Order: sequence, then structure tokens, then C-alpha cells
Amino acid sequence: MKRYDSIIIGAGHNGLVCAAYLARSGQRLVVLEASETAGGLGASREFHPGFHVSVAHTINHFSRKIASDLKLASYGFEASPKLLPTVGLSVDTKHVVLHQDAISGTSARDSESYHDYARLMMRFAGLLRPFWLKTMPRIGNNSLAELMTFAHAGLNLRRLGKNDMREFLRVVSLPARDLMDEYFDSEPLKALLSWDGLVGSKLAPRSPNGAVLTMLYRMSGESKGAHVIPTGGVKSLIESLMTSAATAGAEIRSSAEVDRILIEGGGAGLVARGVRLIDGETIEADRVISAIDPQRTFLDLVGVEVLDIGFTNRIRRLRCDGYVAKLHLALNGLPEFDGLGRPDGRMIIAPDMDAIEYAFDDAKYGECPQNPVMEIVLPSVHDASVAPTGRHVLSAHVMYVPYRMKGGWTNAARDLICERAIDTIARYAPRIREHIEHRELLTPMDLEQIFRVTGGHWHHTEFAMDQLLMMRPTYEAAQYRTPIPGLFLCGAGCHPGGGLMGGAGHNAAVEILR
Amino acid sequence: MNTTDPYAGERLQESPFHPRLQALNIRNAWASWNGYKFAEYYYDAEYEYFCVRNSCGTYDISPMQKYEISGPDAEAMLNRMVTRDVAKIKLNRVAYCVWCTDEGRMIDDGTIFKLSSDKFMLTCGSPCSAWLEKSVFGFDGVKVADVTDNLAALSVQGPTSCAVLKNMGLIGIDAAKRFDIMRFPFHGDTLMVSRTGFTGDLGYELWIRPALALELWDELYAAGADYGIQPYGEVATNMARLEAAFIMPAMEFNEALRTVHFEHDQTPFELNLGWLVDFDKPHFSGRSALLREKKRGSQYALTKLDIEGNKPAEGSYIYKNKRCTRKIGYVTSAMWSPAVKANIALAMIRTEHLQGQLWAEIYYEKELRQYSRVARCTRKEKPFWAPARARVTPPPDY
Ligand SMILES: Cc1cc2nc3c(=O)[nH]c(=O)nc-3n(C[C@H](O)[C@H](O)[C@H](O)COP(=O)(O)OP(=O)(O)OC[C@H]3O[C@@H](n4cnc5c(N)ncnc54)[C@H](O)[C@@H]3O)c2cc1C
Repeated sequence: MKRYDSIIIGAGHNGLVCAAYLARSGQRLVVLEASETAGGLGASREFHPGFHVSVAHTINHFSRKIASDLKLASYGFEASPKLLPTVGLSVDTKHVVLHQDAISGTSARDSESYHDYARLMMRFAGLLRPFWLKTMPRIGNNSLAELMTFAHAGLNLRRLGKNDMREFLRVVSLPARDLMDEYFDSEPLKALLSWDGLVGSKLAPRSPNGAVLTMLYRMSGESKGAHVIPTGGVKSLIESLMTSAATAGAEIRSSAEVDRILIEGGGAGLVARGVRLIDGETIEADRVISAIDPQRTFLDLVGVEVLDIGFTNRIRRLRCDGYVAKLHLALNGLPEFDGLGRPDGRMIIAPDMDAIEYAFDDAKYGECPQNPVMEIVLPSVHDASVAPTGRHVLSAHVMYVPYRMKGGWTNAARDLICERAIDTIARYAPRIREHIEHRELLTPMDLEQIFRVTGGHWHHTEFAMDQLLMMRPTYEAAQYRTPIPGLFLCGAGCHPGGGLMGGAGHNAAVEILR
Repeated sequence: MNTTDPYAGERLQESPFHPRLQALNIRNAWASWNGYKFAEYYYDAEYEYFCVRNSCGTYDISPMQKYEISGPDAEAMLNRMVTRDVAKIKLNRVAYCVWCTDEGRMIDDGTIFKLSSDKFMLTCGSPCSAWLEKSVFGFDGVKVADVTDNLAALSVQGPTSCAVLKNMGLIGIDAAKRFDIMRFPFHGDTLMVSRTGFTGDLGYELWIRPALALELWDELYAAGADYGIQPYGEVATNMARLEAAFIMPAMEFNEALRTVHFEHDQTPFELNLGWLVDFDKPHFSGRSALLREKKRGSQYALTKLDIEGNKPAEGSYIYKNKRCTRKIGYVTSAMWSPAVKANIALAMIRTEHLQGQLWAEIYYEKELRQYSRVARCTRKEKPFWAPARARVTPPPDY
């Protein structure tokens, strides 16, 4: 039987990043992926004959350091693609457009305020930047290196100067709504700017303590928060990661679902020694690295018998309910959005802050929103290969759609939210229905089943104060190591979090190679 | 009961034995335990203590928390929760156990009864359902039921206890070894008897459906009339258990889940219960923390002390020197032991000072005036009171 240095469970982008780093350092390793294709939530999937789409449809903070360390450009990942404009759609066709630090479609006062706002947010994003690609210090008993991470942040905070520093502390926990009200008049602009603070989280504009931090996290990349679709699509990121890992010697196996992480125990305690696949095959290694979500890792693959009770309870209590559904439309032509030229931007349908809040209110109580809010892109506009010639793919993140639907998810419930989402789009693109060849709506529960992510959660587990930094996913597992020697985590449920960013896979590799 | 009683929900519950306890509680000295009315003493605590040591006493342990844990994985579930190896408990045997937080701090102690291959009873002094609920999570087939109110329990302790049970007709009870469980038919039901107790002496605990509690009491007292049977309360229990060097919650240890201050709770090693921690088990909750402690050494050690003089060292500090300038520990329980005829105490002492001199600064009162005295302490290895009859099977007859 082959013996590996490391087994990585899950070929999502984080698993692949980790694999590439470890393979480059000389480790003999295998990545085991349950699906037929790698990429996880970033994987390209044929949802209708000839039409392809990935759940994650844009990239906005994939780490440039990782891209260059792993030479992704030479494997087909475009390093600096065109930034997408973000468009706040308006029924009266007075769309608000944010593109490359300039906004149009709002008052002069709003444009002016936007510059103050953007300057401050960029400074704050810069302040937090050193955190994302570092292992977080443990709570208590810190090593010198760990203390330096704190010191670094403290120093950065000081460098901000007194005024900005005080502003940072004031603003960082503000609800999105208060922050926006403070700067802007235009409701569509406020809704558009809050979007990246809210999407993927159980947060609405009035929720405290989270939106600003999420926003800053998403501004950590080189694009300052702007979104891109690389020339080869999101799949070019996944493909380049696979090639990078494989070139360095990593083995990547698809259709290899891990059923159990094998933990061996003796007088010296427990140690992870390999995995068993669902077909019974066992694979051994010096360490097992899980790139899947923390709840599945510990509760399903490890099993509670070998975990401490307090730790188990914290894992069980992780908040993992997703609130984003995916709408995929196969279109027989390019849809027209009233008052908009070519739909090559990222379009937000959220007429005002209250619209977002009301949609969340419905979902909070397990109901489908009457008026869903959403983010739309047409990946086929950027990468013609995803649809047959002349046809198009519309991909939308629809919020807020509860993982736990009152009465459970039925086909009728799924159809209802699908119709509501299409009706909503039709307000801005009235002839959309004429173009639809096929529609697919994936609820968070569908996402859970297809992509094997608890709750269908964007970040694998909620990106919120109680589950961030040295608390992510929970203490005793926040430094990529777990209470079981030889078992590591490297997925979105670890610091820094989800999104196509690569931080967790990178940080875990650094920790493992330390 | 008066149905308009506005405090109905807050009044203390009465044990199934209450009608008999009530009649015998001459002093009306009631306290409470887990919401039950519970006797501190009945007539005179010292007298009750002497009954336990010289004849036989009964102690109502119905308020003790009892949980039935059943299902195919019940053993695995308990094995992960407690530090001892539950797989080694044989059928119809009882084992004393402790369970800890992830940090290896003691939550509580109690006993596990193995009732069948997939059914156990866990007893403990304080409610434990919240921790059990956390512990059982992930063991899908395991059920935890709080059976506290479904089971009356009476402890029968003292040298004549076996004779009384025999006299009551429990044929074969003298064959029960320590920690054995036996069952006897009783009025169409089953009386479960375990050779267990909290006095360090010969003794048994009787477990019965509450509806039969009074029949049991009456038959037991009829059988025990010539053997000096007497009820005893909390005070006498506390004296007996201290002589046996058994630990008591809120005296020797502060339950970890109710401890606010950092490390003001204890670990099994600090409490001399290292023998209950089975590192041959690859895993149990708190194992890594306890292994670290074992390697590094413990901060404190619960120590048995024989103290000069006759003034109980209650609440005393322990010093390294007679001048009392180096404080190294504190007394958790102390008394003048009538059975041993010694001034005994349990104390938590910092391990690095265990080998040196130990001095207790004792405060005592004489007719409203406070006095103090510094007394030399001698460490004892063995429990103060451990008569052979407690272990012998069959026990000596009286
Ligand atoms: C609806 C939605 C929309 C999103 N949109 C965007 C977006 O536009 N832009 C963006 O940047 N981010 C987006 N995200 C977030 C982003 O997709 C995720 O955070 C990211 O993909 C997580 O990557 P990962 O590598 O940590 O895990 P995943 O991508 O979840 O990969 C985990 C992999 O593990 C595999 N796996 C699971 N169990 C097993 C097993 N037992 N054995 C073997 N393999 C297993 C899975 O099949 C999967 O391939 C979105 C998320 C959601 C839910």
C-alpha cells in the first residue's frame, strides 16, 4: 500500500492551494475529492447540456501572493483581469454604476462622499491585510511569533494616526445601514455598497457587528474589493491550481469520497493515520488535512467518540445555515436590461436598504422572501466557452433564502422562489422569460447536498465575530491544528474564511511546514 | 395540599420515605438537597454517627441524581465521558467514577451501575443533565433518562447492616462483594441492593420503586430493631466520610462547571483520584489535559492530616513553618474523630511542599473569645478509618 506524507480531503480551491504548497515543498500527497470534478463551490458544472456555471461566479480577493508563489499565471490564470463594474439596477433605469473608484448615476454630493468613504475603507482594509495570510495567535500562552502578529496590528493601528484609529474602532462594528446613512443619500448606492458586507452572511443592513468586517475582508485583495471574471472564467483559477499542484507532484483523485478519518489510539493518545473511502479503500498518511467544513470534518468523518465533550459542543454549535440560493438560467440569447448597454457588470438588484432588510426578515423566520434581492452576472459574456455559440448563462446569488425552510424544502417551495427571482429580474429585463431555455434554482439545502458543504454556507460556517480570527472555527482548532495530532484543517471554515481567496489553504500549509 | 398555595412550585419535594423520616425527625432539622427536603440530623448528630460506626444507620439518598443511560453505544458514550474504563465494569457491578471538562477539571464524581450490557445507571450529587446532553450528542442510539424521581434509595451502613438485611429475608446478601449488585423479589417488584456507601464501613444501598418505599422502610426497621437501626442525616454522613477520606463537593472540590475563578476547581490528580484516570483508554474527555498534568506534576495534592491537639483545624491555612510565614495550603474538612481518636483533616497542599514540615494555624472559640494555636501536622497515607469488615465477604456476623 502506498504511503503518503499528507492526505488532503476535498479539492476545493483551498485544498488545492494547500496541496500545491505542500507538494512544492517535496511532500508526497494525495487530494481526495468526492465529486467527479475538482473545485468545490468554484467548480464548473454543466447545468444544462452545453451550459456551464460555477456557484462562485466572480473573484474579488484571491491572494496575489498565492498566485505568484504557485505560478498560476503560467498555468492559465489571468493575473490582472478587467475589473467588473458594479451596477445598482433601478426600475427607472437610472442605474448607479461603480467602476474603478468612480460612481455615476448619483448626486454630486454622493460622488464626493464616496471618495472620503473609499479612502477610509481602504485604509482600514490595509490595517487588517496582514492578518489574513497569517496564523492567528492562540488565546493565552503565546509564542513570540504569535505576539508579533498582535504587535503588527497594534503598530498598524497606531500608524493610522489618532483620528483614523478612533474612526476605525467606531466604524468596524457599525451596522451597514448606519455607515451608509452617514455618508450617502442615494438608496440604490447604499444598497450596492453594503452588498459585499452582507452577501453570504446571516446579516442584513440593520444587523450589528459584522458587515463592515466582511467588507474589509473582501477588500483585502489587490483589486480593492472590485470583482473580476478572469478570461478563462472562475474555472481557470481551479484549473491552474490543479496544474500547479499536479506539476509539483500532487496526486488528485476525483470520485473518491472520504467516509471516515482513521484515528488510531494507544497509550500515547490518538493520532490521525489515514482515511477510509466509501468503497472501503483505506489510504494511510502521516497527516490528514481536511479542506471540507469543520462540522462535517469532526462530526461525520472523525466522530465524537474521540473528541472532548466541550470541543464537540462548540463544533456542533457552529452557525452554518446558508442564506444564499443560486439561480442559473440557460438563455437562448443575450438579455437586455433596460437602460443598460452590454450586461458585462455585476448587477445588484436591491432598490434600497429596506428591501434587503425585508427580504432578510422573511428568511429569518424560515420563509422565502416576497421580493428577493440578488447579484447577477452573465459569465458567458466574459468566457464564451461556458455556453453554446450565441447562447448565454445568467448566474445569480439570490438572498435571502433560508437553509431551514418552514415546512421543509419541497419542489413547490423551490419553484416559488425560482419564479419570484425571475419575476424580480423581469422588472429590469422585461423580456428575460422569452430567452429562458432552462432554469435551475439551488437552495442552500441543494448546495449542501451537491457540494457537500454544511448548510450550503458560503464560508462553510458563519463569518462573524464569534467565529473569526483565533475563534475560527473555534478555539483549539483555530491554528489549523486540531485536538487530534496529525489532523489539520485548511478549508473556508478556518481563518481567514471563505470566498475564493486561498488564505486558509495557504496558512495551513505554512503551519504544517513550520 | 392546598391548591391555592402561591409557593407550591417552590416548596421542597418530599422523598418517598418522607412520612417515616418526618416522624423520626424529632428536631425538625431539615435542610435541602437537589430540591428535596433532607435531614441534617434527626435527634442528635453524634449519636447518629455512633450508630453508623457501632450498629447500623439508614440515610435517605433518594435526592441523589440518577440517570439511566441505555442503548447499544451506552458504554462507549460513558467511556468517553468518565476517566475510568467503563468497559472493565462487569455486569451487576458498580464503579466509582469522575468526569472532567476538556481542561481536565473535575465536574463531579459519582457511581456507574452496569445493569445490563447496554444499560447503565449513573448517580451523582448534583444535577448533570446539561453535561449528559452534551456528552450524548453524536451517540445516536443512546438514551439518557433522569430517573431520580422514579427510584427511591436508602443507604444502610454500619457493622450490623448485613445482619439486618439477612434478617429481612435477603437470602444470599452476605455473598455480595464490595460494589456487587444483587436483586431480590419484593412485593411483586424488584429490590436492587448494591454493596456501596459513603461511610468507609460495611454498608449497602437499596433501590426501589417509590410506591414500595414505605413497605421497604417498615420491613427494614422491623428487621433492624434488635440491631440498633437508626436514621442518620447529613452531619453524621459528613463525619463518617471524612474518616474514610472521601471527598465532598463544595468542601474538597468545587464543581468545574460552577467555578468562576480560574483554576479554583480541581483535577482528579489533585484530589488523589489519579487511580481513576485510565490512560490506557485512547480517549476520554479531558485526557490530553490530564496527561499534560501527569507529566508536569499537579499544583496541589489532597492530603490526609493527623493534627496535634484536639481543636479541629476547620478553615485553617497550612504553613511550611511554625512561625506561619509561608502559606502552602488550606484545610478543606476537619474534625475530632471519635472512632480514630485523632484530630483529623483533609487539606489541599502545594505539591512542592508536601515533603517538608506542615503546620496548621487553628482558630477556635471559647465562650465568645477567639484563640489561636499553631499545631504540627503529620501526613497520613491511609484513610483514617478503614475496617477490614468493609471489604470482607461474607462480612462478619453480629
Ligand atoms: C451560493 C454561493 C455563492 C458564492 N459565490 C462566490 C463568489 O461569487 N465569489 C467568491 O469568491 N466566493 C463565493 N462563494 C464562496 C466560495 O465559493 C467558498 O467560500 C469557497 O469555494 C470555499 O472553498 P473551499 O476550498 O474552502 O471549499 P469548497 O469549495 O466547499 O470545497 C470543498 C470540497 O470538498 C469536497 N468534499 C466534501 N466532503 C468530502 C468528502 N467526504 N470526501 C472528499 N471530498 C469531499 C467537496 O466536494 C468540495 O469539492 C460562494 C458560496 C456560495 C455558497
